[in-house]
Amino acid sequence: MKKTINVSSQGATLDTGRRNFLKLGGIGLAMAGLTLIGCTDDDNFEFTDNTRVFDLGTGDVGILNYAYALEQLEADFYTKVVNNFYSGISSIEKELFTDLYHHEVIHRDFFKAAITGATTNVLPTLEFKYANVNFNDRNSVLATAKALEDTGVAAYNGAGKYITNPAYLVIAGKIVSVEARHASAIRNIINPGSTDFSGDDVIDANGLDLAKEPKDIVMAAGGFIKTPFTWKEMGIS
Amino acid sequence: MNILKLLDKLSNDKFFTTEATRLETLTHVSTFGKKAAVAAVPLGLGALMATPVKAETVDSTVCGSFFKSALTDALQLALTLEYLENEYYALGLAAVGLIPNADRPVFMQISKHESAHVGFLKSTLTSLGETPKPKPVFDFTAGGNFMPFTDYNQFLILAQAFEDTGVRAYKGQAGNVMSNKTVLQAALQIHSVEARHASQVRRMRANKGWIELANGGSMPTVTNAVYAGEDNVNQAGFNTSTAFGAAAGSAAYDEVLSGSEATAIASLFIV
Repeated sequence: MKKTINVSSQGATLDTGRRNFLKLGGIGLAMAGLTLIGCTDDDNFEFTDNTRVFDLGTGDVGILNYAYALEQLEADFYTKVVNNFYSGISSIEKELFTDLYHHEVIHRDFFKAAITGATTNVLPTLEFKYANVNFNDRNSVLATAKALEDTGVAAYNGAGKYITNPAYLVIAGKIVSVEARHASAIRNIINPGSTDFSGDDVIDANGLDLAKEPKDIVMAAGGFIKTPFTWKEMGIS
Repeated sequence: MNILKLLDKLSNDKFFTTEATRLETLTHVSTFGKKAAVAAVPLGLGALMATPVKAETVDSTVCGSFFKSALTDALQLALTLEYLENEYYALGLAAVGLIPNADRPVFMQISKHESAHVGFLKSTLTSLGETPKPKPVFDFTAGGNFMPFTDYNQFLILAQAFEDTGVRAYKGQAGNVMSNKTVLQAALQIHSVEARHASQVRRMRANKGWIELANGGSMPTVTNAVYAGEDNVNQAGFNTSTAFGAAAGSAAYDEVLSGSEATAIASLFIV
């Protein structure tokens, strides 16, 4: 039986606190499903072929496919944003989202090319879903963008230590700082003049940004991803 | 560095045998990462390059102490940059009438982070058995070229320069701290904070949060070194400008600064 998850739209706050990463206080966004949909709950995934689920692979290949998956998600999201800008969008915000779209598509296509050159175990094109995102609503789009960018930062920061090839580490470094620039800009647009660009919800007392384990990221982002995959080496099945 | 020359070196057995002294080999290892980073290395060949490096047999104590030196040198460089930023923002916030009230929360937040970074890096060095270098004496006028504490526009210019430099400098040291996973992760976590700072300060100056081409965005020519190379559109053999042009392609990636390049920039402000 399919599990139904009802999310209320009351109290539109996006709680990106360190303990409740991507878990929300009752807002009607896809992220609410992120922590409600467990990794092992098969009811919520639509399989096209139950017997062949892609595994991200081992070692650096796994990390590259992981990054590729996240960039696919961001690219897909911003593609939807720019193909149908929310009503009342300012020209500044239009330009900003267009830049984000450009960057994430470039990242995505880069990983596809790089991984294809390094292995035959290339992550296929994933399908995504945005059940509770309203692409016509500025707040909804901004909140989702914020969550995705913060996720990207946390994912790269947490994955760096697993990379063995220095060249790949540098590449990851070149990308993560851009994701952080994105996150900062989005957060500033949501709450101008505030400290949110580099807020206490993401930066700790040592001045350190988020860093999350792959398992936690995949669990949190799973609500957006229709196509199942595993990463057995990282304990994600 | 020509990729074919690099690969040639790797296929040369003498590179890894007794003809090279252990220290020479280690030197090659330490610069290898930097060359790999700077060269346009097609990633498909990346695995090929990594494997021979690991195949070398080197005395582990020599290897360990060499890597530790690269690690602590990187941390000392980071500490110097954090000392610089920390003092800069403290002085800026203390300068009466400099920072408009509306902008104070931003710089108080940035200042809080830089102060935390100084403390964190000192603790990290100490825990590794290294004495943190003392804070240098800074001259934020760079010999009379700037008046950042009486001219807010100049304060913002230097703030942007310092933050964008910090991002590139940390990135350039990633390879040197790889040997310690805890330090590496912390370095990444500081690096992304500097990027958040940079984005915010840039946007306060009516720039985009990201760097397009090698243009810092209404920055004086004396800061050119901060942005040199940022127009790179070749990432490991992939042309990032094909899809949407060079501005977007170059902005999608931040570039490294070597330790000496970062030091040269910081030195402009050190007495």
